[in-house]
Amino acid sequence: MNPDAIDAIAARHPDAFRRSLWKRYATPIGILLCILYTFYCSWFFSVGSVLEKANWNLAGAYLADWVSYEIRPDIEFKDNHLTIDYSRFSKLGSNPNPDWVAKQMAVIERQVEAAPAPAIATNKSSQDSFMAPGAPTAESPAAPSGQSAPAVPETVRENAVVAATVTLGNGQIAVTPSLVTVTRGAESVVFDIAKGSSVTPRTPLPDWIEQRRPGSTAYVSFGFLGRAEVQNDEVVAWRRFFGWANFVFDTNSPFWGKPFGEVASLIVSGARINPSRSNAALAWDNILNNAEWQHGDVWLKLLQTIVMAFVGTVLASIVAFPLAFLAARNVTPSRIANQVTKRFFDFLRSVDMLIWALFFTRGFGPGPLAGMSAIFFTDTGTLGKLYSEALENIDDKQREGIRSVGATPAMVQRYGVLPQVLPVFLSQSLYFWESNTRSATIIGAVGAGGIGLKLWEAMRTNTNWANVFYMVLLILLVVFVFDNISSYLRRKLMGSVANSNDERRVSARPPAAQIA
Amino acid sequence: MSATDVCRAPALSPVGATVERHWRDLAARRRLYTVGGLVFLFLALSGSLWFANETNAGKFFDRLPHVADFFAELKPRDWFDPARALFDLPSPYDDGSLKFDYPEGRVYLTQSIYIPEYFHRMIETLNIALFSTLVGATFGFLLCFFAAGNITASRWLRFVTRRFLEIVRAFPEIVIAGFFLAIFSLGPIPAIIAVSIHTVGALGKMFFEVVENADMKPEEGLRAVGANWVERVWFGIVPQILPNFMSYFLLRLEINVRASTILGAVGAGGIGESLRLSIGRGHEAKTIAIVFLLFCTIVAVDQLSAWLRHRLVGRQAFAYGRGE
Repeated sequence: MNPDAIDAIAARHPDAFRRSLWKRYATPIGILLCILYTFYCSWFFSVGSVLEKANWNLAGAYLADWVSYEIRPDIEFKDNHLTIDYSRFSKLGSNPNPDWVAKQMAVIERQVEAAPAPAIATNKSSQDSFMAPGAPTAESPAAPSGQSAPAVPETVRENAVVAATVTLGNGQIAVTPSLVTVTRGAESVVFDIAKGSSVTPRTPLPDWIEQRRPGSTAYVSFGFLGRAEVQNDEVVAWRRFFGWANFVFDTNSPFWGKPFGEVASLIVSGARINPSRSNAALAWDNILNNAEWQHGDVWLKLLQTIVMAFVGTVLASIVAFPLAFLAARNVTPSRIANQVTKRFFDFLRSVDMLIWALFFTRGFGPGPLAGMSAIFFTDTGTLGKLYSEALENIDDKQREGIRSVGATPAMVQRYGVLPQVLPVFLSQSLYFWESNTRSATIIGAVGAGGIGLKLWEAMRTNTNWANVFYMVLLILLVVFVFDNISSYLRRKLMGSVANSNDERRVSARPPAAQIA
Repeated sequence: MSATDVCRAPALSPVGATVERHWRDLAARRRLYTVGGLVFLFLALSGSLWFANETNAGKFFDRLPHVADFFAELKPRDWFDPARALFDLPSPYDDGSLKFDYPEGRVYLTQSIYIPEYFHRMIETLNIALFSTLVGATFGFLLCFFAAGNITASRWLRFVTRRFLEIVRAFPEIVIAGFFLAIFSLGPIPAIIAVSIHTVGALGKMFFEVVENADMKPEEGLRAVGANWVERVWFGIVPQILPNFMSYFLLRLEINVRASTILGAVGAGGIGESLRLSIGRGHEAKTIAIVFLLFCTIVAVDQLSAWLRHRLVGRQAFAYGRGE
């Protein structure tokens, strides 16, 4: 091909070689507009300042909470001994004594004003602590109140914790009433504690310890495995464990903490724990009423969500079916009837599902009735529109054939129209059923019942991210199962009707016009 | 030959009788399946309705007469009041309460020109929807080629991309929004992130199906002259799929306007939040104003998008679906 031939081709096809300015620069102009819009939005939503203010440490902790949990021993400094508390609803049960908190016991004397609490009658003494026992005598701390009469100070001798060592992965916190030694890997820092006033490190702090002001609380990070705060009156440690704590039985259950084999043998052949009912019933009740995970409630709410989507879609299909015949201009010749029905569909569809949900939540009270009514109203509009479009696209020959043999109008619809559109109708309904299973979650959060509200409440407390993840997994499972049921049914339905020439999955969203 | 003989079915040959019997069997079985299916559906429906009614806060038949009460409560003091609420004009009923404080929400552009509160909120919601559709479409566009069997040969890359898109699509938006609300505190950014992430999955899936149905001849031509992968995709595939992409983008935009309204109602700003508050507090004029504005906006967005899609890809673009 010589240059002349190329010129000749160019002359024959001017459109292809010298396109209009708009066509040539459409792509860069489009990209430029998108970039400008991005700048506008980042100004409009003040993205920069929001991202700056965001608490990214929190994000890491919350994400870690999805798959792990923390246990928090509080080691409080008393004058010559320590007390170790766990948070009130500790995941370790009512009497926690984990092996990663080593305690050193000694007999100490202290003064109390009232009758002393029963001395801690434990003889367990850790041998691995390297800290010296605390000073034996000192003045009494604030005594337990509740005694109004002037109490006589009384010296008691009791066995108490004088040193504790908390192990977190490769780190360690050794605590005595006046000295805290924090070790991570090979590095180690010693803090002098002036009780109630200051925390002073003896050496410069490494980068994994932060102290915002001299003498104030020191924040110690051990990475994923935990963190700790050394305060002037206590040491708080958080140790993180992988997994979901007490997922099956909570700490109040008699089955709690027992290995699987023991639980199984208790249920099958053990003596009745509660004489009024069998162990299997007790175990099942304990699982459903697990205080931390609330399995029974979560499953109930999940079932509500499924029911909302199912009932909403079925009722919408049932109502939209006759109305669609009224709306299709090739079925109902009256223009007024067509227009009125179509505008009615548009109205139902355009008043958003949110608005319907809020209305019906007011009407029926919170619960699945509100959610299913919202889905019903919105989808009557959408399905009606889709159905009537499918009806308007039918092949007229079958109808003419039926009509030509003298069938009544009802028979014409039944044998001339319905066989063509029914698979399309069912396929659309199935598709919306599938999609509503997802949207039912989200309208639940405004009070329309189902798992949405439960999910939302769990998130707002910011402490139950493991529960959130549990519910998310359940939702994903449900969505997956219903997707597959729906696409299986649709494949069976469409297989007989649309033997399309390509091998596309019917699970792909079927555009109405293509099916019809 | 009597009249009864004429009406009787003609005698069939043995083969014909077999065919006839078989047909009857099939028809009977088909009818049985249909009836069985309908009975099953009916039972499931009644069971579900009973369950829903049992677990609802109010019972259906107790509450039914009162559902309409709410609409009666929505009647404003006079029919100009919703218009005043919509345009932030002072109300003659103003008693200092939140109910009639229409001018409070004005967003001033200059000393005297202002945008009424609900219009501003609506713009915010629309911006959330448009921006997150844009972000989602960009990432969906980039990812879809790695999920398409005719472009990406590597089986595991396709597998990973498709599973990623599926998970992202099915992950509840509300959880993403809630998670980022915890980090960013209240505001529209969590909604943008949630809707964008969902859009990546939804559009990515639709895009890669379009790409898989693309005509491969231009791509083969480019391959023949030695074009690399990017050039083959950009000059061979993208021009023919772009109209379909735009059409799906617009469909998604419609869906996202609704989604961002709903997310707004659960704390992510925008018009949804105003609506929830005004319904919850029983501010009838404000509620009517917001519902009217929302209704008009959704109709306008739907019409605009349908018109644009019609121009882009013609008749087949009229498929309405929510494609989640």
